[in-house]
Amino acid sequence: MAALRTTSRLFKASRPLFRPMQMRSLATVTDGYSSTSTAPPSQTSTTKEPAADPDAKIKTFHIYRWNPDEPATKPRMQSYALDLNKTGPMMLDALIRIKNEVDPTLTFRRSCREGICGSCAMNIDGVNTLACLCRIPVDTKAETKIYPLPHTYVVKDIVPDLTQFYKQYKSIKPYLQRTTPAPGGKEYLQSKEDRKKLDGMYECILCACCSTSCPSYWWNSEEYLGPAVLMQSYRWIADSRDEKKEERKAALDNSMSLYRCHTILNCSRTCPKGLNPGMAIAEIKKEMAF
Amino acid sequence: MRHSGLQKEVLALYRKCLRESRKKPTSSRSHFEAYARAEFNKSIGLDKKDFGAVEYLLRKGQRQVEMYSAPGIKDIR
Repeated sequence: MAALRTTSRLFKASRPLFRPMQMRSLATVTDGYSSTSTAPPSQTSTTKEPAADPDAKIKTFHIYRWNPDEPATKPRMQSYALDLNKTGPMMLDALIRIKNEVDPTLTFRRSCREGICGSCAMNIDGVNTLACLCRIPVDTKAETKIYPLPHTYVVKDIVPDLTQFYKQYKSIKPYLQRTTPAPGGKEYLQSKEDRKKLDGMYECILCACCSTSCPSYWWNSEEYLGPAVLMQSYRWIADSRDEKKEERKAALDNSMSLYRCHTILNCSRTCPKGLNPGMAIAEIKKEMAF
Repeated sequence: MRHSGLQKEVLALYRKCLRESRKKPTSSRSHFEAYARAEFNKSIGLDKKDFGAVEYLLRKGQRQVEMYSAPGIKDIR
């Protein structure tokens, strides 16, 4: 559809005197029906990028929009058509390009653009992931939908409110707890084997992709800690230098904090860093059982 | 008049605002009260059946009360 629009416009530009009325009406018809495939036109508004060339790879992005300054207006989907030839390979590049060139009111979090900070976590085509680690599918027919992380309060557009998530992270005391001083000097030493136990857990960047993909967390986010926080909890339980292992385990020993995990394993499936929170939770359960 | 649960929550939030402003210095108390009233007045025209919007404003209000009730904040304009 977008390609059709492009050619008609070129045509018009090259031969301006040739039946201009019909050309114009054709273009408007294409415009009016361009966004009907996913949502009724009343809920969407398409913003096209200005320039277009014949072999452009135009892809449509539907993005969730909601402005907190107008609480009475309902959230809506806004569509943007971008030429993939002029856009970087990742979803975040597309978002940044939309913000820079098409619509400066679009709001999203981003920082490192390389999967280290975890700011750009969002729901892209139904999967929670980091926009900076998610390639734009080359298939221009498939339209991409971008939503904020599911079951979070929205601050604005695709920015989720992660206050509850951070509060829960704080509640597990994510720091080294020791009462005895270091045996030989200044450092707390650790054997290579003990250090190996932390691999696959310390890499977690707390992007909240896994927690917000967990149905159990959706329904019990007040009390159930969620996969990300539980994995960090196990990271400290497994740490050989930590001396409050029993206290940490005792804090999890109730029906809600840990045992709302029903091994759905959406967490491991969605983790953009390829970690395995489900495994860590299983390890905690094992330690609690024996 | 019987209020719905949501209406009660809104009233409770307003009450909380006024109570919190009592903890401020007497000279600036009226400022806090006026500010709270102005914040509520901003969305006075909101449809009372627009639950999503009311709930959002409630959450926002709670956050604001929490922030402004910090003892370090002495006055508001």
